[in-house]
Amino acid sequence: MSPIEITRRALLEGTAATAMITALPDHGASAQQTPTGGAGESELMVRLQINGKTHSLDLDIRSTLVDTLRERLGLTGTKKGCDRGECGACTVHIEGRRVLACMTLAAAAEGKEITTIEGLADGDTLHPVQSAFIGHDAFQCGFCTSGQIMSAVACIREGHAGTEADIREFMSGNLCRCSAYPQIVAAVKSAAQIQGI
Amino acid sequence: MSIGQAISRLDGSRKVTGRAKYTADVEVEGALHAVLVPSTVPSGTIAAIDAAPAEDAPGVVRVFTHLNTPKLAEMTNPPAGQTIMPLQGDRIFYEGQPVAMVIADTLERATEAARRVQVTYRNEPFATDFIAGLDRAEARPLFGLPPDSSVGDIEAALSGTNVRVESVYGTADRHHNPMEPAAVTALWQDGRLEVYDAVQGVVDTRNTLALALQMEPQNIRVRNDFVGGGFGCKGWLWPHEVLAALAARELSRPVKLVLTRAQSYTSHGYQPASRQTVTLAARSDGALTGIRHQSVLAGSLSGDHVEPSGWGTPALYASPATQATHRVVRLNRGNPTPMRAPLEGVGLIAVEIAMDELAYELGIDPLALRLRNYTEIDPAEGKPFSSKKLRECYAEGARRFGWSSRTVEPRSMRDGRNLIGQGMATALFRTFRSPAKVRIGLDQSGEVLIETSTQEIGTGVYTIFPQIAADVLQMPVERVSLSLGDTNLPESPMNAGSRATLSTGSAVQDAAAKLKAKLAEAGATTPDGYAEAVARQGVDRIEAEGDWTPPEEATHAMYSFGAIFAEVGVDEDIPIPRVRRVVGVYNAGRIINPKTARSQMTGGVVWGIGQALLEKSEMDQQHGRFLSKNLAGYLVPVNADVPEIDVSFVDDFDEHVGPLGARGIGELGAIGVGAAIANAVFHATGIRVREVPIRPEHLLAMAQSSY
Repeated sequence: MSPIEITRRALLEGTAATAMITALPDHGASAQQTPTGGAGESELMVRLQINGKTHSLDLDIRSTLVDTLRERLGLTGTKKGCDRGECGACTVHIEGRRVLACMTLAAAAEGKEITTIEGLADGDTLHPVQSAFIGHDAFQCGFCTSGQIMSAVACIREGHAGTEADIREFMSGNLCRCSAYPQIVAAVKSAAQIQGI
Repeated sequence: MSIGQAISRLDGSRKVTGRAKYTADVEVEGALHAVLVPSTVPSGTIAAIDAAPAEDAPGVVRVFTHLNTPKLAEMTNPPAGQTIMPLQGDRIFYEGQPVAMVIADTLERATEAARRVQVTYRNEPFATDFIAGLDRAEARPLFGLPPDSSVGDIEAALSGTNVRVESVYGTADRHHNPMEPAAVTALWQDGRLEVYDAVQGVVDTRNTLALALQMEPQNIRVRNDFVGGGFGCKGWLWPHEVLAALAARELSRPVKLVLTRAQSYTSHGYQPASRQTVTLAARSDGALTGIRHQSVLAGSLSGDHVEPSGWGTPALYASPATQATHRVVRLNRGNPTPMRAPLEGVGLIAVEIAMDELAYELGIDPLALRLRNYTEIDPAEGKPFSSKKLRECYAEGARRFGWSSRTVEPRSMRDGRNLIGQGMATALFRTFRSPAKVRIGLDQSGEVLIETSTQEIGTGVYTIFPQIAADVLQMPVERVSLSLGDTNLPESPMNAGSRATLSTGSAVQDAAAKLKAKLAEAGATTPDGYAEAVARQGVDRIEAEGDWTPPEEATHAMYSFGAIFAEVGVDEDIPIPRVRRVVGVYNAGRIINPKTARSQMTGGVVWGIGQALLEKSEMDQQHGRFLSKNLAGYLVPVNADVPEIDVSFVDDFDEHVGPLGARGIGELGAIGVGAAIANAVFHATGIRVREVPIRPEHLLAMAQSSY
């Protein structure tokens, strides 16, 4: 984990935000605070490592990772379903672990390796989990699918794909209102088997 | 033959790689962000509104309130989702009603500034409590139709009869909660409006937006490539769409507005709570002599929606007398709207639990009681059904489920600490049909493109429409693609009420047949000659237009059917009802793609589980607002809630419903499940719960009595 834990809530609360930000320069040489007027508003230069590429951005310190991916970097595969950590649609990987991008401040992800759905396939070759989702019809509208797949990849890696009961439990942080749940379980199970896990 | 093949979704690779573009994903250069400020009170007037702190905030371009928003036309519901148009006056009709809209250069800045709008309300008394308002329920039209309907002499039937059951049943307020929040981006250029909008009907949205903004429809273009689920709440036109369009016009800049999850609970409808009194009268041999279904629905002061929960009831069984009535309690709440599944999705909860009660009263097996009252003719219209293989559904469902090994007595089946219950119910959903137009073309490389304005909301049209065309043209489905979600394309209907495959699919079939004829005229009688024929003509592509219009007078009654069997387990001491398995066997005409259809039905069954055991939007009656406007407090089923689900179809081709032989399935899957589960809970526990969702507190009496 990062040397400084910045929670979104703390940062969004005016004075707490200022207090936290003064600590930020320790976080990385690139972090520079630029007040831009207006109570609590400031910008920060943040360097993000996403899908193997480095992006340097001047960011509103309040920017969440999901909004930064979507609104600043055009990486719209990551979806915003609730913005409160309840639905899992924004699931990405940070340092290989599944993380909710709506509950992560972009600044807090600096210097870490971020993988989004756009970085999962190997060129035109789909990741086995992506192929399994198509084969098992593990989605309908597709809106939750990026998050489901990022969760599924991590779920398999965590060793939580051994039984159907385990898959159901460890995939329950990702809501699917079309309710493709049984097919998601089947897809994760078969992808885990293909990967020999 | 590609119809009937279990083909994987042709849009699958776009959906699994994040390349599928949903409305909020569309990048529009220079778009401003809009954030709504919702009313915090359910009734009253705005005494004062101070937008200055928001206007002074960094990046803010404009704050719209009722004081500076241009006038909109008066609207009816439908086609608008509600009659109250946003920011048109100081009156507050419901909590969540927009009182301001902040436009800023970034989302963060608009969000912050929206918090700074200071609103002072002059509160007035309000009514949000549906149950408290039951005694002032009114008779109002259902979509312009009379609220009451009857067949035969219901009073005589109910009075002169051997056996009679009567009870009151309840369903809860429920919210659609598609995973994609409503989103709209509006661009205004040279008097023309272009809107990317997450809606179930681009044409309907265009036409209704034109009414609201008093524009010509041809000056508006509405588009979307993918819609992240709708389930009804993205059907009619809602205030946020009008506001985004209006802001883009006033500011001459593109404006993007995405509702927050919390705002979605007050911005585009919900399924209204109901209280339904069902009276069934029967002879001692089980033959029904009368069905009376009296519904009272929650409604609103901001619109005219009355949920037609009793519409399907007269078509269910061979009863000589049936009456269905609807009353509405108008409340200070946002307007309700259709939600998966509307109509019978609400009404059959009551009627099909009542049928189970009657079965026990008569000492007849619940399935046998349904068969005893089987009808080949719709008693309401006196017409034969276009195709009805419900008898086969019952038989196949009972076989797959193992219904014959069920013991009749409640509390008679066990698995360890769990009481096991098995219940069943009938599913039925009215068929809706609409006119549709389609263009289709084949180019010099032999690729086929279908063009129509329909929407992909998850039902699979990117796959099944190409299947239909490929079938006619005798081509591989991979060579056929679909362009959709655009009012510039030939018009097809809203994806609502399970009509897309039947209506638009029939037009696809017609267009493909016309294209095939044109290709034949050009000398191509077999598919391998198609591309050459186009080249010989010296054109880029050969095109054909097709359409389908349902006949005005239907010779048959048209419904889709299903038989649902559910098993629950209830721990005797901790009475949490859990669904262990569900079997659904359906009859919906021809199935175009068994793979996508199976997913849709499975999903529908999960919706039924949510309705039966989880979903309820609680009202805070003190403040007159929905209490948990989030996915933590409003329980939707998650993966761990979902048991083994076995869905299948009875083979059929409905020659009367349309040329494809297919009826609708989208709503059907969510129907009957709730009642089957409720009936299973009774069978498990001996406690008859007459409202959904069924929660542990309903069954506490059982746990206490067992100590």
